[in-house]
Amino acid sequence: MSSEGSLPAYYEIPPGGAIPEPGSSLKYKTGSWRVLRPVINQDKCVRCRLCWVYCPDAAILELDEEYVTSKGRRYKITYKVNYDYCKGCGVCARECPVNAIEMVPEPIGGEE
Amino acid sequence: MAASLKPPARGERYKSLFQIPREEWFVSGHRLCAGCPVGTTMRMLTKVIGPNAIIVNATGCLEVASTPYPYTAWRHPWLHLAFENAGAAASGVEAALKVLKAKGRLDRDIKVVAIGGDGGTVDIGLQALSGMLERGHKVMYVLYDNEAYMNTGIQRSGATPWGAWTTTTPAGKKWRGEWRPKKDIDAIVAAHRVPYVATANPAYPVDMANKFKKAFELTDEGPTFVHVLIPCVPGWRIKDDMGITVARLAVETGVWILYEIDHGEFRVTFPVKRRKPVKEYLKLQGRFRHLTEEEIQKIQEMVDRQVEEVNKLVGKEVIGPVA
Repeated sequence: MSSEGSLPAYYEIPPGGAIPEPGSSLKYKTGSWRVLRPVINQDKCVRCRLCWVYCPDAAILELDEEYVTSKGRRYKITYKVNYDYCKGCGVCARECPVNAIEMVPEPIGGEE
Repeated sequence: MAASLKPPARGERYKSLFQIPREEWFVSGHRLCAGCPVGTTMRMLTKVIGPNAIIVNATGCLEVASTPYPYTAWRHPWLHLAFENAGAAASGVEAALKVLKAKGRLDRDIKVVAIGGDGGTVDIGLQALSGMLERGHKVMYVLYDNEAYMNTGIQRSGATPWGAWTTTTPAGKKWRGEWRPKKDIDAIVAAHRVPYVATANPAYPVDMANKFKKAFELTDEGPTFVHVLIPCVPGWRIKDDMGITVARLAVETGVWILYEIDHGEFRVTFPVKRRKPVKEYLKLQGRFRHLTEEEIQKIQEMVDRQVEEVNKLVGKEVIGPVA
């Protein structure tokens, strides 16, 4: 229930159990489900957008950040993983056409 | 590389992945299994249809996993329904919008999108769906088909394919998994002479986006239907990361044929020149592990027959022979 740990009273719940706040699942962090974490190699990444499209959890962020690879190639966008929500399914790593995403074991204890 | 291209105008097609809007309408934090391609599909659907829609969702994995009270992963107005009445409720919402518009209390064009699983569409909700199609309500219906009742623990549905193991069609010496073929729901829907029927697959995102867009726009004329294949990680006994790979293999082996029926005109949107043997699709899935060579051969023959039918319908060879 609520993240504060206290349940709302019956009269506080909207009629019909309606949820008045759209997209409220953002409060629920599914990142704790993860066993393997995807790590994107920004030098290898060709910005094809496939990981962003295939991610079932919208956990790949498409950012307007410039990135220059070690070979001097300039990209206007950068893909990063949102570890708050990534469930570690590995679809991104498997579907990456250039194998730029590696699945590494999550550190024990969950430190970021 | 462009950051993001403009999405296509009305009546036009998506040509690039970069035309898909960046804004999320089906947000993170939902509790679908890790790697479930329903998340991929719903993100794409909601991005394509944009904000002016009301979503009507029959019970199923998606409904249960996306809205555990008090959370919701949807940013659209969204209705939770029982298994059997997605079609009926969508009809009601559409009729109500029509009345509001006629009375001048609504000035925007808002459309209705119904979503149902294979249990809620092919089995339990078929009557309501048929009624909705027959009455010609302007609703887009999306069927996400994971080929069994996965939400309640993998019981067979009308959409379970021949030979598949489920908890109600176990595989042993006498029973060899599901012994009835998959129900051809697209043909049933197409028989209602609706403007648009299509099959889609999350492994082909541009094709899927185009079908969602076309179906959404053609609701101006009547009901439309999109049938999406969703590999189920626990139910198909596949690895977490294999969902999209298995979905792609379904197309490459000819098990799943990507087509659309636009105003009665049948068109295959993704021709396959040389099919892979169906074994490649089956061997990745634990639900087909019990099959013997003869049984795999039987499935291959069923797929060959299905491909032959499609080729005959198109009038030329769009899906090639097994390589």
